Amino acid sequence: MSPQAQSLVQSQAQSLVQSVDWLAIAPPTVAAVVALVVLVADLFVGDRRKALLGWVSVAGLAAAALALLPLLDGDRSTFCLTGDADVCSYTADRFTLAVQFLVLGGALLTALLSMTALKDAKRELPEGEYWFLLLSSAAGAALLPASRDLATLIVALEVASLPAFALVGLRYGDRRSSEAALKFFLSSVTATAVSLMGISFVYASTGTLYLTQIATRIEDVDGQLHTLTQAGVVLTLVGFAFKTAAVPFHFWVPDTYVGAPLPVAAYLSVVGKAVGFSGLILVTVIALPSYADVWGPALAALAALTMTIGNVGALRQGATRAYSAVRLLAWSSVGQAGYLLVPIAAAAYAKDTERAVGSTVAYALMYAAVNLGAFAVAALVARTNPLNRVSDYRGLYASRPLTALVLGFFLLCLAGLPPGVIGLFAKVTVFSAAVDAGLGWLAVVMAVNVVIALFYYLQWTALLFRAPEGESEPHRVPAPLTAAIALTAVLGVALSGAPQLVLRFSDTGLF
Amino acid sequence: MIDISESVMQVLLGFIVVAPLIGAVTALLPAPPGLKGKSPEQAVLRHGVTVTGAVLVAAVVLVLGFDHDQPSKMQATTDISWIPALDVRIHLGIDGISLPLLVLTALLTFLCALYSFFKMPSGPSPKAFVALVLVLESGTLATFAVLDLLLFFLAFETVLIPMYFLIARWGGEERTRAAWKFILYTLLGSVVMLLGLLLIGIKAGTFDMVALATDSHPALTPSVQVVAVLAIGTGLAVKTPMWPLHSWLPDAHTAAPTVGSVLLAGVLLKMGTYGFVRILLPVAPDGMSTFAPYLAAFAVVGIVYGSLACLALARQGAKGDLKRLIAYSSVGHMGFVLLGIASMTPTGVNGALFANIAHGLITGLLFFLVGALKDRTGTTDLDTLAQATGAALYGRAPRLGGLLAFAAVASLGLPGLAGFWGEMLALFGAFDPADGLSRPAFLTFTAIAAFGTLLTAAYLLVVVRRVCMGATPQEEGARLTDVRAYEFAAWTPLVVLTVVTGLWPKTLLGLTDPAVQQLLAGGTR
Repeated sequence: MSPQAQSLVQSQAQSLVQSVDWLAIAPPTVAAVVALVVLVADLFVGDRRKALLGWVSVAGLAAAALALLPLLDGDRSTFCLTGDADVCSYTADRFTLAVQFLVLGGALLTALLSMTALKDAKRELPEGEYWFLLLSSAAGAALLPASRDLATLIVALEVASLPAFALVGLRYGDRRSSEAALKFFLSSVTATAVSLMGISFVYASTGTLYLTQIATRIEDVDGQLHTLTQAGVVLTLVGFAFKTAAVPFHFWVPDTYVGAPLPVAAYLSVVGKAVGFSGLILVTVIALPSYADVWGPALAALAALTMTIGNVGALRQGATRAYSAVRLLAWSSVGQAGYLLVPIAAAAYAKDTERAVGSTVAYALMYAAVNLGAFAVAALVARTNPLNRVSDYRGLYASRPLTALVLGFFLLCLAGLPPGVIGLFAKVTVFSAAVDAGLGWLAVVMAVNVVIALFYYLQWTALLFRAPEGESEPHRVPAPLTAAIALTAVLGVALSGAPQLVLRFSDTGLF
Repeated sequence: MIDISESVMQVLLGFIVVAPLIGAVTALLPAPPGLKGKSPEQAVLRHGVTVTGAVLVAAVVLVLGFDHDQPSKMQATTDISWIPALDVRIHLGIDGISLPLLVLTALLTFLCALYSFFKMPSGPSPKAFVALVLVLESGTLATFAVLDLLLFFLAFETVLIPMYFLIARWGGEERTRAAWKFILYTLLGSVVMLLGLLLIGIKAGTFDMVALATDSHPALTPSVQVVAVLAIGTGLAVKTPMWPLHSWLPDAHTAAPTVGSVLLAGVLLKMGTYGFVRILLPVAPDGMSTFAPYLAAFAVVGIVYGSLACLALARQGAKGDLKRLIAYSSVGHMGFVLLGIASMTPTGVNGALFANIAHGLITGLLFFLVGALKDRTGTTDLDTLAQATGAALYGRAPRLGGLLAFAAVASLGLPGLAGFWGEMLALFGAFDPADGLSRPAFLTFTAIAAFGTLLTAAYLLVVVRRVCMGATPQEEGARLTDVRAYEFAAWTPLVVLTVVTGLWPKTLLGLTDPAVQQLLAGGTR
């Protein structure tokens, strides 16, 4: 064969075989590979050395997070159409990296919390399976923000969700745990099914699954199919709204959080939400910008309802009820989901959609750090007070001054008041997205909600510094738990000093 | 007065804002060897005095270095980018409007720290107390020193948490409810204010107060200004407080510990009126003139309402609480401040700023005195104190009685004392309001407000009559401890300044007037 013919064959072969940019897909891949390694290794590791699996998982998640570093220099895409290099299934742009960092960092902190939880559970939780499920779910969640076609999106959503059901119900012989898992599973599956139906409608009317192609083709859909498309748009959003725990898809949250092992609840509150809102952003802003008049008002109403019902729910939690601390965090996470939705709704009205969406990413990063921190302290307190009532936190300052100060800081960050400067400015960006888009009414609803939320956050904070009732016995805090609390506290304080670190996402192009 | 280089001034201003914060953190740490003092409590209280003292010294040096020939010029300015994403800049600076308030804050906080060093309010550990007072100081000083809208909001919010804990932990009866009322009310106000600030910042494209005041921003159309003034004004009016948004104030004042009341009345309320002058007047003049008549109307209702409430509390058999009475009198006094601002004239605004300072000095002194009275007699209830004839403080503790009478007379606006000038100038301003404001309406307001001064005089004289005069009981133990040395130390500066500013108002007006003239003419520079 002549050299020319050879190169011709080669180029033809290249056009048929997709080239894979392994570096770009490294973060989710590393997590997935480590998941398999842990599952296999579980068979060969003796009972007494199961803790090793935990360290391997933590190292794996850290490696996956580090794999984000080489991607910082620019956007990369892979799994592109052979005919059209601009249409890709996987894109690692700034949005993807930010959300992947959130997901992998959140999973890493969850893993640190889990090591203590697994040790304390004394073999009631199967370790190998636990780590496998956690890592797989994290891999799915990390894949989701990068996916740029609806099929990958749904697959990622399921990879992130299915292990989570199992994680919730993993505890042997615990009725509450399995009940929570069942509730979570049934409602989640329904939501996904509705979502799939919506996607099929959208596919039927546009003939493509790629988000960017949908965006262009949906503008000139046949008039007869118009209703179908609109229905498709709304139904597609349902599945992601469920993941974000937006009202009316929120009822599973409190019971699931209480029934699940505490680290899993923390994981769901942060990573689960990240999955939901990044999916929402991709579908709304990238695929359906021309349908902004449909999803904009819907999301705005959803946001207003979600924050109001979440905060009122949190307000109604009695301090002495069993598991009230976790319940309160669960309801407050519903309220916070409402704030996360505000900028996405604002994107429908704003001239600069990326800026608005960036506010959601910035807020989510803040929320992830401080909410995981709050859960970490809750995990610490749960070691001595397994019922984890809010009233158990009374006088924490007397026995553990530093922990109490840190928890107070986290709660005030969530409330958005100084000294929680980062919480305040994250709220300011969300407010500013709403005001910028002319959604004055939503901003006012949010303002009222901030006041409602302050009531329960500050009540809890104030409780920490009251005189303690009775002596609490000191115990050593396990190293992973200390690391998790310290890491989140340092993050929170550093961000308060330099809010630009996360707020920059609300200022520059993400996609 | 003395020539200090600009960079030193910058450092001083930065120090004033940051030092209390650092002090608050170090207050929580154990005392280093050598500074342990007699006990940990004593050491931390002394730490509080040291830090606030250092801040006061810095503030005084700032006054000395301030170029008094150009009070309208922003001095000691720092301008560093902090959060580019939100366009937040650490922009600090002082002019003739903010300097007096800055010094007042530093002074009152120092006096409070000094007072607490000798007389710690009963409650949990002094460690947290000192830390909270220092955070509070930092927040208030920052409010007066920053020139960025979002930073102003941050400083505005910083005071909430410390004040909440000061009331809820070291307060008197009903403190939990009062503390909640305080924080929820003011937070709702300030979040609404944030919406207005964002609206202005987003429309104009900058959050910088100086740029907003000097440059013209065509995007800030009258309709935008009206919405912005409504939102920002509501937030500031809650803090000031303006009738009918005042209802958190009497409870908070009554329940707060002495030091808390002094700082609340002396400093925190000024943040509201300062915001009106610094932000609303120069940035949204059109919106302001739309709302000025309403603001003035609410202000005069506040004046009359506050006075009537005080009269009702001062009556015999009304079970009136002295602290609550002074709180209501604050509503009236702040009414004068708001009336001066609403006139939108240099005279009125100067009067408002003067009345601000005077109210801080006099009401601060009054709360100190009532706190001292409570320590001695165990009550602030007027009826219990006065019995049938009167508490006879002149006989039982002559110096304390004399000081109380002095403060009351200063508060009612006796010429020659600080209280006089502010209220008179505010009335003058309202008598001849700015162009575009309805003269007849403002004349009516002036008349009602002038009637309010009479009512003010009436209730304060009733208080003096019932607390200071009366037949001295002859039995053992009727005499009260008279003013102690540390009390003298804490109160003398306030008395002296009340007299000095009363006799020589130019000390203050010379500072504020040029700045106000420039502000109303459209620009701070």
